[in-house]
Amino acid sequence: MAISGTQSQRGGTHVSAAEAAAAFERRETRTRWLLSAPALITLAVASIGPLLIVLVYSFLQKNPNGGVFWQFSTDAWFNVILQRDIFDDTLQFADAHLSIFWRSVKLSMGTTVLALIFGFPTAYFIATRPERTRELWLFLITIPFWTNLLIRTFAIQEVIRNEGIVNSLLLWVGIIDAPIQMMFTDFAIMMGMLYVFLPLMVLPLYASMEKLDFRLVEAGYDLYATRLQVLRRVIIPLVKPGIIAGSILVFIPSLGAYVTPRVLGGGKSLMLGNLIELQFGQGRNWPLGAALSMTLLCIVMVALLVYVRKTSRQGGAHG
Amino acid sequence: MSTAAAAVEAKNVSKIFGAGVGEVRALDNVSVTIRQNEFFTLLGPSGCGKTTLLRLIAGFEMPTEGSILLEGEEVAHLPPFKRPVNTVFQNYALFPHMSVAENIGFGLEMLGKPKTEVQQTVDAMLRLVRMEELKHRKTSQISGGQQQRVALARALAPRPKVLLLDEPLSALDYKLRKDMQLELKRMQHETGITFIFVTHDQEEALTMSDRIAVMSQGNILQIGSPDEIYERPADRFVADFIGETNFIEAEVIERIGEDGRIRLPSGVAVSHKLASNAGVGSRVTLAIRPERIDLVRADGETHLKGKVDNIVYFGTDTTFHVGLDSGQSVTVRVQNRRGHQEILQVGDVVGLTIAPEAMQILRD
Ligand SMILES: Nc1ncnc2c1ncn2[C@@H]1O[C@H](COP(=O)(O)OP(=O)(O)OP(=O)(O)O)[C@@H](O)[C@H]1O
Ligand SMILES: [Mg+2]
Repeated sequence: MAISGTQSQRGGTHVSAAEAAAAFERRETRTRWLLSAPALITLAVASIGPLLIVLVYSFLQKNPNGGVFWQFSTDAWFNVILQRDIFDDTLQFADAHLSIFWRSVKLSMGTTVLALIFGFPTAYFIATRPERTRELWLFLITIPFWTNLLIRTFAIQEVIRNEGIVNSLLLWVGIIDAPIQMMFTDFAIMMGMLYVFLPLMVLPLYASMEKLDFRLVEAGYDLYATRLQVLRRVIIPLVKPGIIAGSILVFIPSLGAYVTPRVLGGGKSLMLGNLIELQFGQGRNWPLGAALSMTLLCIVMVALLVYVRKTSRQGGAHG
Repeated sequence: MSTAAAAVEAKNVSKIFGAGVGEVRALDNVSVTIRQNEFFTLLGPSGCGKTTLLRLIAGFEMPTEGSILLEGEEVAHLPPFKRPVNTVFQNYALFPHMSVAENIGFGLEMLGKPKTEVQQTVDAMLRLVRMEELKHRKTSQISGGQQQRVALARALAPRPKVLLLDEPLSALDYKLRKDMQLELKRMQHETGITFIFVTHDQEEALTMSDRIAVMSQGNILQIGSPDEIYERPADRFVADFIGETNFIEAEVIERIGEDGRIRLPSGVAVSHKLASNAGVGSRVTLAIRPERIDLVRADGETHLKGKVDNIVYFGTDTTFHVGLDSGQSVTVRVQNRRGHQEILQVGDVVGLTIAPEAMQILRD
């Protein structure tokens, strides 16, 4: 009798403690929501809202004079990858779109790889300088950011055009006897994007290299690893988050680049950004432009997903 | 089996960091010979150049002057990854992206050893440091003492000729440090590898080493076995740095060849062996360990006389601070076998006697 009494009593206190904990939990949740409200509102107004508008537009009918008719249609999405032949009305792949997609991905990947090749040694160099000179180097790296994108792009044009610095120099030295055509090629676009986005690679790489414990590098040498092995087995795995972040930061804006391919690629080498702009401008096909934008967004999302998966796996393994 | 060549030899090595006004002379014309299979300790206060000497041997730094020899061969041209030397770093420097086993196997893998051999050695090393169960853990998921053992195993796995240990025990608590000291000795014994061990803990140096080099401000002041260093310190710094010491001034009053007589501050004269440069009338400093002094009745035959100023009880022994007539204070340590602390009181006048061999004349 006595025993069962104590048990029920103990059960009673247990329940009330759980209730108190639940109430506390509720208060905590509310506070958390209130604190994150400004961020959520900004997100809704500046990001999700416009995105929804674009999404809705992609499912409307085009108005040949610009804008849209408020009528549901999947034509735009259909036109992203397929097109009807003007003459016999058969369905075909939209070759133009697909090749522009492909070129965009290809050039963006190329730019990312180049940025990694140039950015990695640069970041390593800066991270191994004495503390005081590092700031100076970082400052120099960020200088291009202070100049207008268009001006920077025209500067590149000045360097690589047929009568530009590189060609004049090569002609003068006598290595070539006719200027190399660099403008209006994929090479020109990649050069331009590399120049513009390189700091976005260097900065995250530097951030993770700065945290790198260089005594681990010494430990590698101590254990008979050559310089290349230390790079492969010690440095790269440890700065991987920086490599991934930098690659994403270069790849995503490259994919949507608009000014650089326009100026350096001329009208010939279009990228996704130009294609989208075309739909909202001369093309007068807003729904298609919206659908293309959403497609671009999807490609970016996939890239980000890969990134998140990779980094979270690494984080899980560490902690 | 034993080769004639020393494991490591430093010849007139100097190392200067920086230049101009910011110049730091971390090592100043240091020469030392470390024998095969020796447990050799570098002992000295912070900033005296211990780490610098290790880094020169490992190849992370180049000497400004002088040369380093491994087994009789000059190694200036060898980068760290070509020297048969491994380091246990002060902060362990374990690779955080690898497991315990991967860390230990890294060196062997870099040497291009076959996979099965790497695995076998790693397992043997894990047994040696008693870490078999934690083989697959990440190094960030083990305790400080365990990390230390992994660092040790990693450095031992490639069977280096020489193992450099830079204050490997400094981060451990007292109990673990004691255990690891024994374990290090055991491993050195089992592997037969030459250990060069850095510490600024004199007790650690005395208990573990075959020989000790005492360093100060980029110089090696004395090299010797622990008892040589302790019983016959060469100069005031060594005597002061290792253990507790009383310094007593004395005057040479007589000398015949090596033998002579010196007069203590109390006026008592004792016979003593003299260094060549100590002529009659010159003053010398004696170093006397507190435990080598005996307390006796003041009215008997004594070397020094004084008044007990202070008594400190330590459990195993008791320390008496005795003020001499000259005003100097002498520390005397007596083992608690008989209970001096009950017999003597603060303020009592006592006599002190010292065996002649316990009076060590210091180099000036
Ligand atoms: N890379 C360096 N640049 C400039 N000075 C240095 C450098 N490395 C060491 N020093 C200086 O050289 C001297 C010896 O340094 P070292 O690291 O060898 O001392 P240590 O005996 O290992 O001291 P601790 O017990 O504190 O580790 C110190 O005065 C130190 O400031
Ligand atoms: Mg040190």
